[in-house]
Amino acid sequence: MNIQDALEIVSRTDPGMVRSHNEDSVASESSCGLVVLADGMGGYNAGEVASGIAVSVLATEVKHFLQDIKPEEPDAFSGEDTGVVLLRDNVQKANASIFHAAESQPQYSGMGTTIVSALFYDDRVAVAHVGDSRMYRLRSETFESITRDHSLLQEQIDSGIISKEDARTSKNKNLVTRAVGIDAEVEAEVHVHEVQVGDIYLLCSDGLNDMVEDDEIGDALQMLRANLSLAASELIQMANDNGGRDNISVIIVKINGKFSAPHGWVAKLLSWFKS
Amino acid sequence: MPAKLILSMDGVVLKEQVLNKERTLIGRKPHNDIVIDNLAVSSEHAAIITILNDSFLEDLDSTNGLTVNGTVTKKHFLQNGDLVEIGKYKLKYVNEQPAQSSPADFEKTMVLSRPVKMTPSEPSEATGKFNATPSAEISDETARLAPAAQVVSPVPQAAAVQILNGPNAGRELELVKSLTTLGKPGVQVAVLARRPHGFFITHVEGDKFPLLNGASIGEQPHQLNDHDIIELANVKMEFYFKA
Repeated sequence: MNIQDALEIVSRTDPGMVRSHNEDSVASESSCGLVVLADGMGGYNAGEVASGIAVSVLATEVKHFLQDIKPEEPDAFSGEDTGVVLLRDNVQKANASIFHAAESQPQYSGMGTTIVSALFYDDRVAVAHVGDSRMYRLRSETFESITRDHSLLQEQIDSGIISKEDARTSKNKNLVTRAVGIDAEVEAEVHVHEVQVGDIYLLCSDGLNDMVEDDEIGDALQMLRANLSLAASELIQMANDNGGRDNISVIIVKINGKFSAPHGWVAKLLSWFKS
Repeated sequence: MPAKLILSMDGVVLKEQVLNKERTLIGRKPHNDIVIDNLAVSSEHAAIITILNDSFLEDLDSTNGLTVNGTVTKKHFLQNGDLVEIGKYKLKYVNEQPAQSSPADFEKTMVLSRPVKMTPSEPSEATGKFNATPSAEISDETARLAPAAQVVSPVPQAAAVQILNGPNAGRELELVKSLTTLGKPGVQVAVLARRPHGFFITHVEGDKFPLLNGASIGEQPHQLNDHDIIELANVKMEFYFKA
């Protein structure tokens, strides 16, 4: 199955109940199996500028590179999947664009953004993230986050200072330890996971997971898996019903079929004739 | 406004201590930040570890212990209004959000310009000491973090649906979760959403839309009224509020 038929993608973004403008940005390129979500920060409209740059750089650049190279092939230098290298390099490119825009224009000074991006290829998904935007996976009954926030709270949880339960009432939420565009360089965390037919992936900004408990998010995806656009609007509705204190963005990706890359000599020959 | 502790005995306030240090010590000996000169109090009785806007209380293996809101505690994540008692002495923890900040300043995501260094607590230590070093600077002029305003959404009245026909006639399903699905997956499914101002039914999947009091609901959510009749996948049921 080609990637476009194998994936069902729905994305939605909402300013929430409190904020006057939306600093989140989302994009999806179903033709190459790419989704990107960013949650910007900074005064005036700098937040949406930063998240907008990040999403457009990543979406355009990765799509452009994928015209010539295959994400499943190992990278000549690192031996990692080319898809991983593509995500990492282009998060860095987005970082440089935002950093330079902020340096040259005083009204954008200090702007930055979180990012979470997933590239699906060859029955795998490469996930890159910086900051506290998350990617969750629903696989049969199990709903869990497959990214780990770059935040003060997560560090405190990891080092045993605060329990996961106590973290809910912490007043140190919203402090990220890594962001795109703040410094000259940024290191995206990238992992590859195998993908199964029936999996549902959810990318979201903290406006969702700060307002709605993980269990409820998982239940909603499970119950509404037959209707992803309804699932997306219900999730946003739930966050808004609970106060909607931040912008809320969601991208839902459902795996409807296998999308393994052509292997073996017949496939290679065929693809050679095609190109 | 940083958090503070208010020390009192028999209703008389003795001292107010602002928690602006990483580690605030409470004990009998004069080197403590809050000195309680009473023999029931250990020389170093307890410590408060403060990391930005959060504070943690820890009993330093004191002889007579301490309670938080009446419960004997070794380690506790302090919440606004908590009452710590050491013998006859009371310490009230106050951490209020600044009233003057505009809602727009609430909960802006910010970047820590330097990572907060933290040494994991040593698991072998029975008391589990906190060793956090909150050497963080926040790169934003709105560095005053507004604590999460607790939004209490109005809870809708309890409600249920009862099946009216077929083999399961008479069965009642209480709508306790925020979402409840009805119907047969792959055939016809609708979802009932419990929202602050009522219950709503929305079509999820299937060629046919559910009927509400005999009329098709289409794609849009519909608010449910007491004793509405829902029909889907050949099952008829009644929605009602519980007294």
